[in-house]
Amino acid sequence: MRKLIRTVFLVDLLQGLWVTLRNQHPKHIYTEQYPAQRPKVAERFRGAPRLNINPDTGETLCIGCNLCALACPENLIVVGTERDPKTNRKVLTTFTYDTSRCMFCGLCEDACPVDALELTQDFELASYTREGQIWDRQMLEEGPRPTQYRS
Amino acid sequence: MAGSTFLDSSELVLNMGPQHPSTHGVLRVILKLDGEKVIGTECVIGYLHRGVEKIGENRTYVQFAPYVDRMDYVAAVSNGLGYCLAVEKLLSVEAPPRAQVTRVILTELNRIASHLLWLGTHALDIGAITPLFYTLREREEVLKIFEKYCGARLTTHAFRIGGLQYELYDGFEEDVAKFCDMFLPKVDEYEELLTDNRIWVERLKGVGILTAEQCKAYGVTGPVLRAAGVAWDLRKAQPYSGYEQYDFDIPIRQNGDTFDRYIVRMEEMRQSVRIIRQALERIEPGPIMAKVPKVIKPPVGEVYVSIEAPKGELGYFIVSDGSTQPYRVRVRPPSFVNLQALDQMCRGALVADVVAIIGTIDIVLGEVDR
Ligand code: SF4
Ligand code: SF4
Repeated sequence: MRKLIRTVFLVDLLQGLWVTLRNQHPKHIYTEQYPAQRPKVAERFRGAPRLNINPDTGETLCIGCNLCALACPENLIVVGTERDPKTNRKVLTTFTYDTSRCMFCGLCEDACPVDALELTQDFELASYTREGQIWDRQMLEEGPRPTQYRS
Repeated sequence: MAGSTFLDSSELVLNMGPQHPSTHGVLRVILKLDGEKVIGTECVIGYLHRGVEKIGENRTYVQFAPYVDRMDYVAAVSNGLGYCLAVEKLLSVEAPPRAQVTRVILTELNRIASHLLWLGTHALDIGAITPLFYTLREREEVLKIFEKYCGARLTTHAFRIGGLQYELYDGFEEDVAKFCDMFLPKVDEYEELLTDNRIWVERLKGVGILTAEQCKAYGVTGPVLRAAGVAWDLRKAQPYSGYEQYDFDIPIRQNGDTFDRYIVRMEEMRQSVRIIRQALERIEPGPIMAKVPKVIKPPVGEVYVSIEAPKGELGYFIVSDGSTQPYRVRVRPPSFVNLQALDQMCRGALVADVVAIIGTIDIVLGEVDR
């Protein structure tokens, strides 16, 4: 009998419709208007890589130890160094990072003993060419400059 | 056959996929049809093969960890947990208690996220579009917790061999507790939308039946097995990561049809919340990383460790030859094994049911093909 009433009066459908209706309330809007409204990603977000520089002197923090390149499963970091004849210390010359192959696992970041390499909160890595995905030292130090849109 | 026309021919072979939206990725199913009825099916897989097992042989133990996330990308945390447990067993180390509790919380959150995605897409396949929006909305909250904890949302790489890399962020407990409180009423909401809905019931009841015997014969695990009435859950049967200390039930149902699998998964989400709530109370200060050498060089030997991933038994078989790289990594993915039962479940069903049956097995092609 109960089943009959439920069937005749479409209780199951009304129940579902009521749920849908409840969720129409404006406070349930979750869509972000992306390019105009930029999401705030978490502090630990693993995004675009950055090679940190000392803000006071403008020198790179990297000591050219090559540990990040060794830690990377994809072997996509190439660290170029040369020995300074005066101080006999390794100095960084080139640093390339192929973001097209990177899976942002964070192992390189963990391996760096001086926190020079860091995965930052920038997440817009798209580029029109494959070559554009390979970042050199300058790009890594400056970071990407995504276009800012306004609504 | 003399006098037979095209219309008389009773068998029709139809390709479904690999670009079919309801095959959840790139699965090709060859259907042999008699009218609307399915006489037989054959799966063609491998479109997403990336050679993960082979990659494992060329990477060190630490380096291979991010790759396992890419097998079942919907439940990356569970994959990572299985791999870390396997290597830890090889090394005979155990993660410290704080790490274990955190692992349990994150894995259960991941189970919820995985089931939510399953529910949304499964309902979408059947034709109910609304649940997808709601489930993705709640899944987003889980992903936000992952993002805050480890910096990635999908392929998380949250665990390391021996424990955790990241300390819990400030406010982790509150975030998780808030999610639990928010989430339970939402499950009821999904059930309100679906469980009594007569289209849903008509489409699912009695479709794709797999009995307990058949499940065992195929080696099917996970919710599919539990919906057939077998209370087999590795979290209870072979507890790992301290699951024996938690109080939770294994939801089972008897009929083994698509509707029962839906009910089992819904109940599993509630049980996951229950486990998370208990785990939150167990978080205690302490180290998060066990003593693991910098260069991981396990002794010669082999190990098989399996965990209860959202989709079933996920096993890792690792052979070590004493070097820094595994000699062989073999993965037993639940989706791959469960997919074998597709033919059995589809026989005699209608074409439209095939979509429901593929959905109910809950496959992720990244894991099937590896
Ligand atoms: S994030 Fe991972 S894949 Fe990318 S460069 Fe670092 S170690 Fe390599
Ligand atoms: S690990 Fe750090 S310091 Fe060493 S080469 Fe890489 S970025 Fe430079």
